[in-house]
Amino acid sequence: MKKYKITTEPINNQDVIDSVVHQNAGAISVFIGTVREMTGQKQTKFLHYEAYVPMAEKQLERIGMEIQEKWPSAITAISHRIGTLQISDIAVAIAVSTPHRQDAFEASRYAIERIKEIVPIWKKEHYTDGEEWIGNQQGTKTYPAGHPEEVVK
Amino acid sequence: MMINILLFANLAQQAETEKVSIEVNSALSVKEVRTLLQQKVGKLTGIENALLAVNEEYVELTGQVKDGDTVAFIPPVSGG
Repeated sequence: MKKYKITTEPINNQDVIDSVVHQNAGAISVFIGTVREMTGQKQTKFLHYEAYVPMAEKQLERIGMEIQEKWPSAITAISHRIGTLQISDIAVAIAVSTPHRQDAFEASRYAIERIKEIVPIWKKEHYTDGEEWIGNQQGTKTYPAGHPEEVVK
Repeated sequence: MMINILLFANLAQQAETEKVSIEVNSALSVKEVRTLLQQKVGKLTGIENALLAVNEEYVELTGQVKDGDTVAFIPPVSGG
């Protein structure tokens, strides 16, 4: 399976996990992001994700490379689904294998945080009372230089 | 020469298209492309907060664009 994938199909977590299995790994940390119904008082009916697919896959690969620089024995796989997703559907699955558990926990955390910074994927919330493109997770971030920190080579 | 422009999410929604082509006479900056784009499709609210990419790589606002390049305006991302 491709280690870095944007897909319109439902994600199979086991496929993502299988692609990081390694004889020298002592740990595999898995992060699964799912569609949440309630955000404060807002009730989500369903979500729509869109992506700039070729660039998004490149940026996922870049996250994998950043992880390998920080945790040299790590192997990373990330699948992100796009299209229409229902409550509790899997939006993203990340698996990282490392020789020791601490690195696997840290690297999988790093991967999801970095996805929210640099991977061109957008979420449109369809609430019970309207719809909205989500600008970023805090709703406050702007990029005066034209990009987040540390993305221009 | 021809520059291809890609828009996404709320920017595509405002422009009512995801793809725009513009004809220019010489190489130019992403900032100039941003101005020409809005002359063509109208003002795009929030485009100044978009990330910028040329041929699928992030660039600065001063990044240079040449014939055949694809410029993407990437609204703040919300994956995960």
